[in-house]
Amino acid sequence: MRFTEEHEWLLIEGDLVVVGITEHAATQLGDVVFVELPELETAAAKGDEVVVIESVKAASDILAPLDGEIVEVNDALVDNPSLVNEDPTGEAWFFKMKVDDLAAVDAYMTEDEYKDFIGE
Amino acid sequence: MTTGLLDLPLSGLHTELGGKFVPFAGYSMPVQYAAGVMAEHLWTREKAGLFDVSHMGQVRLPLDQAAALERIAPIEVEGLAEGRQRYGFLTNEAGGLVDDFMIARYEDCFVVVINAARRAEDLALFEKHLTGFEVISDRALLALQGPLAESALAKLLPDVAQMRFMDVRKLAWQGVELWLSRSGYTGEDGFEISVPVTLADDFARALLAMDAVAPIGLGARDSLRMEAGLPLYGNDLSETISPVEAGLSWGISKSRRPDGAKAGEYLGAAVIASHLGGKAARKRIGLVPEGRAPMRGGVPLFLSETSATQIGEITSGGFGPSLGHPIAMALVQSDTAADVPIWGELRGKRHPMRQVDLPFFKTSYKR
Repeated sequence: MRFTEEHEWLLIEGDLVVVGITEHAATQLGDVVFVELPELETAAAKGDEVVVIESVKAASDILAPLDGEIVEVNDALVDNPSLVNEDPTGEAWFFKMKVDDLAAVDAYMTEDEYKDFIGE
Repeated sequence: MTTGLLDLPLSGLHTELGGKFVPFAGYSMPVQYAAGVMAEHLWTREKAGLFDVSHMGQVRLPLDQAAALERIAPIEVEGLAEGRQRYGFLTNEAGGLVDDFMIARYEDCFVVVINAARRAEDLALFEKHLTGFEVISDRALLALQGPLAESALAKLLPDVAQMRFMDVRKLAWQGVELWLSRSGYTGEDGFEISVPVTLADDFARALLAMDAVAPIGLGARDSLRMEAGLPLYGNDLSETISPVEAGLSWGISKSRRPDGAKAGEYLGAAVIASHLGGKAARKRIGLVPEGRAPMRGGVPLFLSETSATQIGEITSGGFGPSLGHPIAMALVQSDTAADVPIWGELRGKRHPMRQVDLPFFKTSYKR
């Protein structure tokens, strides 16, 4: 698993990259009450806002971590947004991307680096 | 830390309880504790939540200032009975709201509780119109809210069981005088308790030691008051919104209305009288989004998915934990029909909402 400075986690699964938010991010957000997922087969450029998450406190976004195409989304989050708090790094993945360059994932932080980054 | 923010007298206790702090009205305040906003909100509706609202201003006013206060607030102050509290607001020359407040009449003085963020504006008005008032700086203000608030508080102060909604009393705890009102800002039965700073920590801990009582942060305070349809100054109330537009006509005492014995003679009286007579340009309404996306303050409102004419905007909005769906309050043109859908524009897309009566969640005050 790799981590972005925007508190997303990336996991390579075959030729796809699975994207979610970290436990740290989920805790900071508080109770998630709404998730808006991207349309399937959407082309996304690195840095595009692809997901909207609303907690009881505020709205925030998930940015596309890499250039590619959204090929799968986790519809379970739409009906049950609290999954994001319950299992952020497991069941609550947000989307899967087919990326142009799978090796680009390695440029992101390792778990140890991420822990340093958030000061744990 | 030198953040320029003031600490609450109980900030040590909040830290110990796992509070997460945010800046609010010049204070560093706990927005939530470990349980989180949702759990804290639901706890308050089922049990008893303890809130630290010491940021609010407490002002002691001599009893002989009743008539003077009536010059800056369209409420009956002289007729307020001893042992009772009333809601009121300060107005400006344009008929807008300077602040809203609670005023309690005790045997020897009035106590006015004002919003922290409006302290400077309120005190400027007081300076100009009142004499002998005193800003109280040695008392914390706590609120205990929820269906178990009475039984919990009665363990420390048995006499509170005899109070009804909007009663106020001075009662002693450990030989020190507390000022209590049966009121709050959650839609639940409950109490607000003014306690000397020196005793506040002991008093809060005595309550928190009870199974029914948990600490509740600002986040849940906001969602609770929204569900109860209660406006918040700075969101739903401002200097350019009249009390009538804000849906607070009920708060203008009968004697101060145009046909009352003490009509007018307060700032903005003519404008407010015309608004009471049907000339208000806007009104505050309740909205329930059809989808799950919360619609927050600032969202512009329209009468259709395509209309170019904005009819108002959301003033407060978010998720209602006890309702399980988003809710919003809005200020819209007063000629907006009550039975039509209202569309809110969020991230470039319009979403329909239905208009509903306030409050969203049935209040349970002990009248």
